[in-house]
Amino acid sequence: MALKDLFTKNQPKKKKYATIPTEAAKNDVPEGIMTKCPTCKKIMYTKELIKNMKVCLHCGHHFPMTAKERIESFLDEGSFQEINENMVSKNPLNFPDYLEKLEKDRLKSKLNEAVVTGIGTVGGFKIVVAIMDSSFRMGSMGSVVGEKITRAIEKADELSVPFIIFTASGGARMQEGALSLMQMAKTSVALKKFSGNGGLIISIMTHPTTGGVSASFASLGDYNLAEPGALIGFAGRRVIEQSIREKLPEDFQTAEFLLKHGQLDAIISRLELAEKITLILDIHQPRGELAWQ
Amino acid sequence: MAIELEFERPIVELRKKIMELKEFTQNADVDLSSEIKKLEIRLEKLEKEIYENIKPWDRVQIARHPMRPTTLDYISNLFDDFFECHGDRTFADDEAIVGGIAKFKGLPVTVIGHQRGKDTKENIRRNFGMPHPEGYRKALRLMKQADKFNRPIICFIDTKGAYPGKAAEERGQSEAIARNLFEMAGLKVPIICIVIGEGGSGGALALGVGNRIYMLENSTYSVISPEGAAAILWKDASKAKNAAETMRITAPDLKELGVIDDIIPEIKGGAHKDVKQQSKEIEAILTNSLKELLSLSEEQLITDRYNRFRTIGEYGFIQEFIGV
Ligand SMILES: [Zn+2]
Repeated sequence: MALKDLFTKNQPKKKKYATIPTEAAKNDVPEGIMTKCPTCKKIMYTKELIKNMKVCLHCGHHFPMTAKERIESFLDEGSFQEINENMVSKNPLNFPDYLEKLEKDRLKSKLNEAVVTGIGTVGGFKIVVAIMDSSFRMGSMGSVVGEKITRAIEKADELSVPFIIFTASGGARMQEGALSLMQMAKTSVALKKFSGNGGLIISIMTHPTTGGVSASFASLGDYNLAEPGALIGFAGRRVIEQSIREKLPEDFQTAEFLLKHGQLDAIISRLELAEKITLILDIHQPRGELAWQ
Repeated sequence: MAIELEFERPIVELRKKIMELKEFTQNADVDLSSEIKKLEIRLEKLEKEIYENIKPWDRVQIARHPMRPTTLDYISNLFDDFFECHGDRTFADDEAIVGGIAKFKGLPVTVIGHQRGKDTKENIRRNFGMPHPEGYRKALRLMKQADKFNRPIICFIDTKGAYPGKAAEERGQSEAIARNLFEMAGLKVPIICIVIGEGGSGGALALGVGNRIYMLENSTYSVISPEGAAAILWKDASKAKNAAETMRITAPDLKELGVIDDIIPEIKGGAHKDVKQQSKEIEAILTNSLKELLSLSEEQLITDRYNRFRTIGEYGFIQEFIGV
């Protein structure tokens, strides 16, 4: 067998000397025996990569994760109970081809929508979690994503447990028009209510978190965290370059750029995430009867 | 600058013809009054026909009309004693948003709105009404001040969107918008939002979390501009006209979708034809709305606003196993 046959087959045929991976190639979940890192270009066993939470063994590049992989890597084993899993999108604007596109993504991603919500534990602490998955309609937010996240926030409120959200989204879902825009408001008013009742909100922004999602719940954590290298921003890079007519720095809108500009509390490697979140949850434990000292 | 838009051309032409005939009768010694009368009846019919069947794309043109009244126009026509407050107290004064205190029929209120320019010079100063984070932060500062002094808040929405710029991203455009959505939800005073021109995406919504949301008849409110939608959907920005219909961005569309509470009728041909007359239409609905909301308690106002947004959206459920 030739060496090249070892590599993942679903990668589009590309010039070997291509240096900048396209967004599509970056998001491609590697399925072959071997995977090439888009950042350091080193090749590793896919199995080992997965064992390492899809973090490059050489340079620490964070490959995109599905919601399922996230549940497995972040929550205590077997603790996750999904809620509202059967909620599906309708076609409120009668938008051409929308239902077909949804069906296609349901089959492809094995998800009903772009967010998975449920109850689980991390380091033994009970939480409500919402995990966006960019393999379904680029993680875009329509009525269902907004409703599921809102219900998850309300569930956290009802149970008096922290709410943790992993964001991964291209923004609002165009096919639902202003209804998708209004999901930004819906989720935000729900967070405000929860926050007013003393609820703890932790937002973990993963690649990519842009547009309407970035401009609503993703930015509303008591702690706003991000994965290394994640693209985070409101407007698209190309739109900005066109409007200001200048080339943007390479690190523009990366998690590192946001941290430097005071927009994040911390960037946390996926390998340490559960541990760091446990620490935060521990500090936020209700003190109860135990007075200090 | 021509005030008339493409779709109004038949009206303009007929009007011109009537004018010509009138002039002609004045100079020549002929009586054309019955002809003129006929044409005037036809004009009336034509106006009715055209203005009552305005297509979404025509509304987009009206909403973007350079002479369309802006926030400051409505402020001067609807309020007394407006005192403008500047700055976000952190970074700068963003002139793409104006705000301040004023009286509405004697009632102290806080008024905030996006502000476009009327000419190139003013547009540059006001960044074409596209705010930076400091604009949203100024707005929030003024809303919190209104909350403290128990003044209702009136927001005028009129922007193509939040400015897509490098500095805007550096200073947290996303966070500024998100913060407004979040904080507006908790204010203990009535908030009334009126879309007066273009309501462009998150940049519009950042002033839009109100107890009541109204739209002027020919304004638009959308998640993406028709041009942007066309570029993504059909890889062709020139199909914006189609996108304007598909995206359902007009006031009647949004009322049907439950996004807004009511439509404020515009005067024939659009608000730019007579800002004073248009202000009267707004005044009427604002008066009723304030009366209604001022009777609610602080808690009721917050709950009312929560429910206003909590219920937006359409979704269904699939059964895991469909019976054989
Ligand atoms: Zn690497």
